[in-house]
This record gives sequence, C-alpha cells and structure tokens, in this order.
Amino acid sequence: MVELALPKNSRITKGKEWPRPAGATRTREFAIYRWSPDDDANPRIDTFHVDLDDCGPMVLDALLWIKNKVDATLTLRRSCREGICGSCAMNIDGGNTLACTKGMDEINGTIKVYPLPHMPVIKDLVPDLTLPYAQLRSIEPWLQTETPAPEKEWKQSHADREKLDGLYECILCFCCQTSCPSYWWNGERYLGPAVLLQAYRWLIDSRDEATGDRLDALEDPFKLYRCHTIMNCTQTCPKGLNPAKAIAEIRKMMVERRV
Amino acid sequence: MDMMTPLRRVRGLGSAKAGTEHFWQQRLTAVSNFFLISFFIIFLIWLHDGTYADMRAAFANPLIGIGMALTMMSVTYHMRLGVQVVIEDYIHGDAKIPLLILNNFFAIAIAAASLFAIVKMSFGA
Repeated sequence: MVELALPKNSRITKGKEWPRPAGATRTREFAIYRWSPDDDANPRIDTFHVDLDDCGPMVLDALLWIKNKVDATLTLRRSCREGICGSCAMNIDGGNTLACTKGMDEINGTIKVYPLPHMPVIKDLVPDLTLPYAQLRSIEPWLQTETPAPEKEWKQSHADREKLDGLYECILCFCCQTSCPSYWWNGERYLGPAVLLQAYRWLIDSRDEATGDRLDALEDPFKLYRCHTIMNCTQTCPKGLNPAKAIAEIRKMMVERRV
Repeated sequence: MDMMTPLRRVRGLGSAKAGTEHFWQQRLTAVSNFFLISFFIIFLIWLHDGTYADMRAAFANPLIGIGMALTMMSVTYHMRLGVQVVIEDYIHGDAKIPLLILNNFFAIAIAAASLFAIVKMSFGA
C-alpha cells in the first residue's frame, strides 16, 4: 500500500520563532520548513519576519534576506533569479513554483515555504532530484539520427519548428513533476509530467529519426499511462507550459500508429 | 539500501510494450457507457412505477433485452479496467497480484450474474 502519512521521523514539529527586525515598520511573516541531516531532529517550521523596506519584492529576495541577515544556515538552491535556471523551485503558499518569480504581494498572510513535495530532502529547501534527472536521461533527450549528418545544420521548416513551441521553454525545475499525485505514488515507475513533456519534445521534432523507438520505450502501463489527467502539472508550471497536453499527444501518437 | 545506479533503477525491467490497448479499451467503453447508461436511465424513468409484469414485458422486447445486455457488458468491462488502474496505483506489495486476479473474477461474476438475470427476464417463464 502506498504511504499516506509521513513516517514518524519526518513529521513536522514547531520550530524557532526568530525575532522581528529591530526598527522595521513593514514586515512579512515567513513559515519555513527546516531539516538538517546533521542532527536526529524531526523537521520543523521556523518563523521569520522580513523587513520589506530592506528587501526586494520576490519570495527569493526574502529568503536571501533571511539567509544574509537572520540565519545563515537556511539552505536553498538559487542561481539566475530570473526564472530561467529552475534552481529555486519550491513549494510556496501551497503550490510549486519558482521563488524568484513569485512576488510576495501575490500571497495573503504568512508565506509558507516548503521543499518540492515527495522528494527526499537533502537539507531545508533542497530536495534530492536524482530520480527525475535519471528519468530524464532514460528518455534520451537528444537528437538521434541515422542519416549522415549534413555539412551544415539539420534543416527544419518553420511549421515544424513551431511544433516545439510550448515545449522547448521547459527549464526542468520539476515543479510539475513533484506536484503530480501519480508521481508521488509511483515515482519509481511513472516518468512524470516534466520527463514526458521532454519525451514529446523529441517525438515531434521533425529532425529526429528515432520516433518509433522512442514510442516503443514509452509504451508501458507505468512509464506513460499512470497519468490520470489530474492537471496539477499544468496548473503549477511557473513557465505556463502544459505537460498534460504533451502526455495526451503522446497517447494520440500511440493510438495513431496502431489504427 | 541498494547500490543500483539511478539509471538502473528508473529503467527497471524496461518497457512492457503494452498499455495502449488498455487505454483504448477504457476510452472505448467510456463512449459506449455514455450511450448505454443514458438508455438505462431513460428506461428506469420510463418504468419507474411499472409492475413486475410491465418489466417482464419490456425485457421481452429484443431492443430492450439486447440494450440491457450491452449495458452490463460495457459497464463491467469498464469497471474491470478502472479498478485495475486503482489497484496498480495504490497497492504495491504482495497483495497486488491477488487483488488483480480477484478484480477479474469479480467483474466477470457480476457480468455473468447480470446476463443470466437479463436472459431470464427476457425469455424465462
């Protein structure tokens, strides 16, 4: 049976309430998931107060303000701070998104920040993404051809290039992947929305010659057909992409090659 | 803790090269259910205050008898496909295979009992 409750050592406890910044007039309360592998303690929720007059407008700005000015041990991934690297994907206000593109003014009340759901936690807001990375590797997300490479580039019509729109923009933040209940229950066997969107990106690339092999590799009750169109993936994608549609298109190709 | 590489773990036993048939049959029976269950509901409304004799007379009509038989076959097949997915989703341990077997037996038993009842209603004395 799938685990519906957290194991005992993962249950969240109340953490530390950090002092309000002295002299601040406009503050915002943050409730942040903390867990360290260096002690045997259960995860806890720490409360912080961020001085809005000393900090940028985004959730990432506030997290870095906390790390710089309150608790340097707060651990998170971040890099580009403009929504293109996918590093700062986390669960904010109950939804998976990028901390750098989520404005604090988009959220009412206390801002709750957790790591991406249902992944092992390395520390605080840093999840272990080994599994989805390996799944991405397994669908071989690169151009595959048998025709000898042309002298210049592989050519593609404008119409065929347009088919990649809405797919190539994926930054592999895995917000969708970790929002999917089917992936929670069967993550080891179901490839998940982010990986299937990438699979579709290569399936419809007019330059790729391995379409049939790619479909063969995906034709599986778990790898592909665990999607139950719950649509969390599409709802949560911080880039506005539609992984659920990509999965439906793969299924259409599966049916198309049989009838 | 095993020492498999992540790629070994996600490749697992490889692709089953199946699943599309299940998906197609599930969609097919969803479409047939739409029409057949509509027919079934109309039938219930039509004969909601009918007597047993009215019911027998209705079932004796080949269109109704065949419609009822098709409804039960479509619904039980769809149920078998759907419950199979629920079991595969949530049951991961040793109970999975026995439950999948029971699911098949249960759906076939319901279909057989329903068809027997329909035949009896349509042709029985």
